[in-house]
Amino acid sequence: MQGAKYFLGVDVGSVSTNIVLLGEDNNVHEALYLRTQGRPMQTIQEGLKILRSRIGEKAEIIGVGTTGSARQLASTLLGADVVKNEITAHAVAASRLNPEVQTILEIGGQDSKIIIMRDGVVVDFAMNTVCAAGTGSFLDQQASRLGIPIEEFGPISLKATHPVRIAGRCSVFAESDMIHKQQLGHQLPDILAGLCQAMVRNYLNNVGKNKDIKGPIFFQGGVAANPGIHKAFEKELGLEITIPEYFSVMGALGAAYLAQEKVGSHGRTSFRGLQVTETNFQARSFECKSCSNNCEVVEIGQDGITLARWGDRCGKWSNISSPAKDATVEVIA
Amino acid sequence: MKLTYPHMGNAWIVIQALFNSLDIDIVTPPYNSKRTLNIGTKLAPESVCLPFKLNLGNYVEAAEQGADTIVITGGIGPCRFGYYGELQGQILQDAGYDYDVVILEPPDGSLLGLASRIKYLAGKKNSWPKIISAIRFAYYKSVACDRIEDLIHGFRPKVKEPGQADQLYDHGRQKLANAMSYKEIDETVRWVQTKIREYQAGLDTTIKPLKVGIIGEIYTVLDPFSSVEVEQQLGNLGVHVDRSIYLSGWVGQHVFQGLAQGYRSIKPYHRSAKKYLSHFVGGHGQESVGAAVKYAQEGFDGVIQILPLTCMPEIVAASILPRVQEDYKIPIMTLTMDEHTGRAGVQTRLEAFVDLLERSRQSKEQLTREDVLGFAGS
Repeated sequence: MQGAKYFLGVDVGSVSTNIVLLGEDNNVHEALYLRTQGRPMQTIQEGLKILRSRIGEKAEIIGVGTTGSARQLASTLLGADVVKNEITAHAVAASRLNPEVQTILEIGGQDSKIIIMRDGVVVDFAMNTVCAAGTGSFLDQQASRLGIPIEEFGPISLKATHPVRIAGRCSVFAESDMIHKQQLGHQLPDILAGLCQAMVRNYLNNVGKNKDIKGPIFFQGGVAANPGIHKAFEKELGLEITIPEYFSVMGALGAAYLAQEKVGSHGRTSFRGLQVTETNFQARSFECKSCSNNCEVVEIGQDGITLARWGDRCGKWSNISSPAKDATVEVIA
Repeated sequence: MKLTYPHMGNAWIVIQALFNSLDIDIVTPPYNSKRTLNIGTKLAPESVCLPFKLNLGNYVEAAEQGADTIVITGGIGPCRFGYYGELQGQILQDAGYDYDVVILEPPDGSLLGLASRIKYLAGKKNSWPKIISAIRFAYYKSVACDRIEDLIHGFRPKVKEPGQADQLYDHGRQKLANAMSYKEIDETVRWVQTKIREYQAGLDTTIKPLKVGIIGEIYTVLDPFSSVEVEQQLGNLGVHVDRSIYLSGWVGQHVFQGLAQGYRSIKPYHRSAKKYLSHFVGGHGQESVGAAVKYAQEGFDGVIQILPLTCMPEIVAASILPRVQEDYKIPIMTLTMDEHTGRAGVQTRLEAFVDLLERSRQSKEQLTREDVLGFAGS
């Protein structure tokens, strides 16, 4: 693998951290799906260590993009060329794979979103706001309540003959409704299929409300691994739904494509190098007392040097950062 | 009597000016903060809207500084705001705060009741001519304040260094709060204009920032704490923000019954809303729809609606806006504000919205270029 060159895409979400290596040939060479487990910094480093062992020392990273709720943190650690929100990243990945795509359904661990595209451009989108009933975490919880591994959730639900009706409005109601149906003696596959339908209904009523859903439709995010949800969506919408090959890492793939676009135009990366796996980063937070906002400021440092700060509203802290950190400054500015 | 009042964005500058010139002792509560919200949430009914909770927090924090009388505007119409004064007074009573609540509204539509309440607040020492001149002065300041804010909205996407606009804004507001005469007010506005010109000297003026109109419920639109600084965040993303409603416009319409129009009059919105919503639905539901239509007609790139959770008039507007979006092909996003002070969620949506607008502008430009080329080639 002499001199292989890659674009790195990193999507650090609340539940999973996904890393993609995109080759110059536009093929995905590596795709990692790791659990974040509340420790984004360690998970990113862990992920890069795995990559490093797979691609060898000669390989070169020529562009980095980060996305996800910890995109800023990831950008500081890695030295990203582009930092983008999850919506844009998902849309970019889907439209690269199929320029015709008109609707993207995305369900992740803590959030779910719908993206409407026309002619390759995002024209409308929505994210879940006040409720987690339509997300992967909810399915995880229910699977563990029922004592089945999440991987088997979907396949079992497909065996249902008469899916039961379960309230989907709220995860607490859904859970008590589900227990009630269990106690009545309904079969497990019927209950699981009922849960899938409830979740899809909830998604379409909340996130998908007022949205013009047209095919081709992509279904991506971790939950797309569940064939029960896939089937429930197709039944509810009456349309065929495609699950792209890299459905679980589409955000990271989008970030890699964006890095490719960005670096393609200005030609050099601010990536800090694969040795970041060995770097010792320190994070600390403090409450700023300068005004009544009492912002919680996070500071990321390396060997006593401050790399970046964020969390303040006024810019007092985030505007001071070492000159090497252009990428971070750019996000804040 | 030590008077206090609830916060709503920059309203304190105006209210302070009014009572100071009448020589009335006032307590301006500390600006909305997490603490204000915590206090308010504890006292308020769970499902009431965010402004109500913040108001209560303001009163308690003012009581800590010795305030004993609250002045709040009321209203007639289906928005619950009309009852807030009454309700908040009772809640405070139950919680052990002995407040006298004076609600400024035209009771039963007669101006006489309003006049008697104003006179009660102003006391014997102030004659009517003096009261009227104080109101005029405060109103003048209000218009100036809105003007400064609008100038900052235009300046923010063009700053050279981050934070430049915010510093200027803070400085300008402070100057305005301290202005004691009409002349000083005018000078402050001019000072802000000059500063902006100085900062922008030598900058590329051909760059046209994206333009986004902000519509929605007045409190959350005017109060940056409630909206997690949506306008500032957009500005920092390089967007020129325009707001559909300003304090002086609202005061002109509601307190002066349309005798004054204020900055950015809300009157024209009724006409532009007509096709979609032809009657009053409480609060500013109709104005929100009208403003969205107006922004669409003026060629804005997008519109963002802000409302507090459970706000009925804006929920009505939100259900109509998709039709405006469809008819005018203008992206409209609705943001619902509640107790979450986490900015991340709002920031992600704003960034994605701005990306959407940028990409659609690029593809539009590309299309026009292709058209031109097509004609040239044929």
